[in-house]
Amino acid sequence: MTTQTTSPDDILATAQALRWEVGVDFHEKLMEAMYTDAAQIADRAVIRPEGKQRFDFDRTLDRILTSRVWGFPLMLVLLMIVFWLTISGANVPSAFLANILLDTVHPLLKEFGAMIGMPWWLSGFLFDGMYLATAWVISVMLPPMAIFFPLFTLLEDFGYLPRVAFNLDNMFRKAGAHGKQALSMTMGFGCNAAGVVATRIIDSPRERLIAIITNNFALCNGRWPTQILIASLFVGALVPPALAGMVSAMAVVGIALLGVFLTFLTSRFLSKTWLKGEVSTFSLELPPYRPPRIWQTIYTSVIDRTLIVLWRAITFALPAGAVLWLAANVTIAGSSIAEYLINFLNPFGLLLGLNGVILVAYIVAIPANEIVIPTIMMLTVLVTGVSGVGEGAGVMFELDSGAQTMALFKAGGWTLLTAVNLMLFSLIHNPCSTTIYTIFKETGSKKWTWIASLAPVFMGFAVTFVVAQVWRLIQGIL
Amino acid sequence: MTTKANLPTEECATCPVHNAAALHKLGVDMTDFDFVVALAGNPNTGKSTVFNALTGLRQHTGNWPGKTVTRAEGGFEYADSKFKIVDLPGTYSLLATSMDEEVARDFILFGQPDVTIVVVDATRLERNLNLVLQVLEITNRVVVALNLMDEARRHGIQVDERRLARDLGVPVVPMSARQSEGIPELLQAVSEVAKGETVGKPYMVKYDSPELKKAVTQLTSKIEAAYPDLPNARWVALRLLDGDDRIGEALRKGELGDLTYGDIEARSAQLQVIGNQ
Repeated sequence: MTTQTTSPDDILATAQALRWEVGVDFHEKLMEAMYTDAAQIADRAVIRPEGKQRFDFDRTLDRILTSRVWGFPLMLVLLMIVFWLTISGANVPSAFLANILLDTVHPLLKEFGAMIGMPWWLSGFLFDGMYLATAWVISVMLPPMAIFFPLFTLLEDFGYLPRVAFNLDNMFRKAGAHGKQALSMTMGFGCNAAGVVATRIIDSPRERLIAIITNNFALCNGRWPTQILIASLFVGALVPPALAGMVSAMAVVGIALLGVFLTFLTSRFLSKTWLKGEVSTFSLELPPYRPPRIWQTIYTSVIDRTLIVLWRAITFALPAGAVLWLAANVTIAGSSIAEYLINFLNPFGLLLGLNGVILVAYIVAIPANEIVIPTIMMLTVLVTGVSGVGEGAGVMFELDSGAQTMALFKAGGWTLLTAVNLMLFSLIHNPCSTTIYTIFKETGSKKWTWIASLAPVFMGFAVTFVVAQVWRLIQGIL
Repeated sequence: MTTKANLPTEECATCPVHNAAALHKLGVDMTDFDFVVALAGNPNTGKSTVFNALTGLRQHTGNWPGKTVTRAEGGFEYADSKFKIVDLPGTYSLLATSMDEEVARDFILFGQPDVTIVVVDATRLERNLNLVLQVLEITNRVVVALNLMDEARRHGIQVDERRLARDLGVPVVPMSARQSEGIPELLQAVSEVAKGETVGKPYMVKYDSPELKKAVTQLTSKIEAAYPDLPNARWVALRLLDGDDRIGEALRKGELGDLTYGDIEARSAQLQVIGNQ
């Protein structure tokens, strides 16, 4: 053997020469040979049931769930049921937790502070700031999550999600995006950061970028509670109590669907402008339906999702509570820092049908959408100076009845328009900081990270502005 | 390598009660592992369920393709050996046309796992075998986990696993990971392949056309001459003929020369490199 035959370059040269000989259809030949052999081996090993096909449960179910006529309505009905169960089931445990954590433990902590002679600012900072923020997040977020996640995971375990993707595939392709985006979007309904990572299943960089940028329009864990709370307080109140749960669920589903619609719209816009290109084809496998393992699902969804999301919310609520307490209690020339900020943003907020408080809350909540509502309530108390509810400036609190919360919002000058626009802005604004970081990691591009972060904010401003103007115009006519 | 003396007796080895007791789920503790196991398979065949059953970890499983897009790692101890197990993204092939396929292929090729478990769906055997055949071209250290047997039974499909094992030339373990069926048998097969007690004679896809055969043979012998220890010269030849740039590059950089089963430290270093990519 000579030394020449062992050099890598020589091997590569030989390969290059031989490639001319084997012809251009080499790849097809390889695949064909592989498929033939696979078929042969499988044929020898598999014994299929004899005689007529029995009733095929999977195929029958698929015919209904992915049918042109019934696919969409059934999808909506399933979503509605999930939310209705979440909304109506979460009230009781939520009130129970609030009762313990806020009405019982909080006064005890304050008493304890007074007993050991803590200065007012320390006990305020620790118990009114950090503790209350955390307790609020737990009592409001834990019950809906503990119901919503297991239900959603059961649907996932059963095999329903790929059917959703199948139903949406055609629409995504019409929007110039990849059909698999339906899957990453569905992931985004849990967590946008996870949804952004899930876009790795999309091969083409162009379509992957579209999926990453639009993932924010899938309502995430941090935003479901906001939607659910505001919908049940304001939208549910418009109808008789018997219908309230159902109507609130419809409002939440409506917002979620608007998010899906915006996903299509933005995808289409991007694929017609900066991200032009061919739509790639792919085959989507519809996995068999599997009987969900109920206890295991409940266990893993509580451990995997509920507690992880809750933990994240708590780690952000602790410092946020501290910062808010300080902002509300550190005063310059008679007014607190928070008041300056709110008054500064108020004119712009009112133009959008929102208010300064809501905008400040969204700045505070960049690390985690979960703390939007607690922040809003605390700041509202601060500016309105409502007495009799809550416990004074800078205290994040839970009002254990919806009526009290309503009274507070009303005192803050809230109308149905404020509620509707808050729901809209909660859907259409910048992704949370974790998601932004994930987008940067996945795209490796500062430019696209900026676009993905800022575009939704401006879209949110535009949408709420238009809604506010039209709303006021109609109100003026009436 | 441990000797037979450490292993249970023949009767014990086939007893699932004994085997289940011998499994120590190590979760994420992967220090000082003796063997590396890769977990490959088509999307949605239950790889993550098998992974969880072996490691005791609770990686989120979901009934939809494409759930695992990155690698998850865990460890377990069985028959006095520690195993590190890597759950690869589900793929239909190893041609590396997308990111998840590349992750899976790079690991099987450059990560040099001692055993690659290919999880296949018993109800869709034919399509799943494409991936098995591709893995067999890279390595003979393979165990086929014939998963979802409960579903196959539900559909009245029978699979002759012995016939399949004979045709593929590697161990085939029928199982149903969701119901924890077949886990002890899988562990036994993996352990035997890892310790070299079972040596696979993998099935090689037959390329019938004469010019194809000639080209493959010619290039294979050249590669074998250059790298006598390379376990998969024929596969490298096929990839080069198919114009696979990544493999050409690996050859040029001399990475292919390292594709022999070296000592554990060198391979750990390699795993690190792939992990950082």
